[in-house]
Amino acid sequence: MENLISIGVRSIFIDNMIFAYFLGMCSFLAISKKVSTAFGLGIAVVFVIGITVPINWLIQNYVLTAGSLAWLGPNFANIDIGFLQFIVFISVIAAITQLTEMAVEKLSPALYGTLGIFLPLIAVNCSVLGAALFMVGRPYNLAEATVFGIGSGLGWMLAIVALAGVREKMKYSNVPAPLRGLGITFILVGLMSFGFLSFLGFSL
Amino acid sequence: MSTEAVAVQEKKSEPLLSKANRKLISNPLDIDNPITVQILGVCSALAVTTQMKPAFVMSLGLTIVTASSNVVISMMRNSIPSRIRIIVQLAVVSLWVILVDQLLKAYVYDVSKQLSVFVGLIITNCIVMGRLEAYAMGNKPWPALLDGIGNGLGYGIILMSIAFFRELLGAGSLFGFKVFEAIGLHYQGNGLMLLPAGACILLGVIIWVQRSINGYRESH
Repeated sequence: MENLISIGVRSIFIDNMIFAYFLGMCSFLAISKKVSTAFGLGIAVVFVIGITVPINWLIQNYVLTAGSLAWLGPNFANIDIGFLQFIVFISVIAAITQLTEMAVEKLSPALYGTLGIFLPLIAVNCSVLGAALFMVGRPYNLAEATVFGIGSGLGWMLAIVALAGVREKMKYSNVPAPLRGLGITFILVGLMSFGFLSFLGFSL
Repeated sequence: MSTEAVAVQEKKSEPLLSKANRKLISNPLDIDNPITVQILGVCSALAVTTQMKPAFVMSLGLTIVTASSNVVISMMRNSIPSRIRIIVQLAVVSLWVILVDQLLKAYVYDVSKQLSVFVGLIITNCIVMGRLEAYAMGNKPWPALLDGIGNGLGYGIILMSIAFFRELLGAGSLFGFKVFEAIGLHYQGNGLMLLPAGACILLGVIIWVQRSINGYRESH
């Protein structure tokens, strides 16, 4: 249990998807002009990462790793299809995104109204595939992988909501014309990233 | 239909490097740059630029993937049902990424280790998807190829300039060659440049300089 909490806190604050790894920057920069939309996208990302990481964990450990097909029978014991990792992972992510979109549309039209346009975009959000690939590189079990997935999503959501809050206030400041928009946003992200560096001091 | 056959066929109607086609390559380098104007492919631009060598390999890999998947999608564009186009595009892109990944592992293993997950993340690099959606789905293979190469180079230029400053100021070297020691100076590396935060601020400044020169403006 302690271990899970530590992985959760670590993935939200210390190994933050945005401030430590820069994953999911495109939608992070493009959809952070208003707090409400940023929040909606954040929730959708938490949801998709939280589902795809455990699914990809199962696929990685029971299908893709060398020798992991042994459960199909002894003939399959020495098959290694690890090179298919990218294409399998991205297909799972695209499929889950599509399914999520359909499920949300069916079950909660109100939520679909707010998230609708963002849901398909999540398939190409690097943080989703990034979380799956990081998960492979670390010795997690299924529970730890799930916590890691949800934590990474929450970290991403925290970052986009915080940036949207700052950018809403930026409208009232007098920024030099060539720096307006993207330029000042990058500098803001840099400064926020300094803030998140202080979490490095935590030892968990 | 092979690429050469298409290129020859096009030649009859319009010269291979007509003015419009040259623009496809030159625009992404400056006023239509994928990173600084279209805001695409930012993640990897910040993450792989602590040194010049991985940045160079990454730009090369991305250019290959963008150009070749642009050509493939452009050839298939009339037979892809629009409802499932995203998954078709992802499948084509991941095919090329797997090839690039295997090549890197075979020939430059140390760089491939350094790039770690970011080679795989070319699949979700918005430049590739963005160009497929915005250009390859509606244009012939030859212009699509040029568009892919142009955007790859535009990405490469920004990547190399970020990596130049980060490696020079952060570690005092270029492509691993100790510049300051070679001219007899002692240089204490600026650790800030190697951190994610330094990369963001540096990119902000690069955008500032580029927009001051080419006059591109956006309102907040």
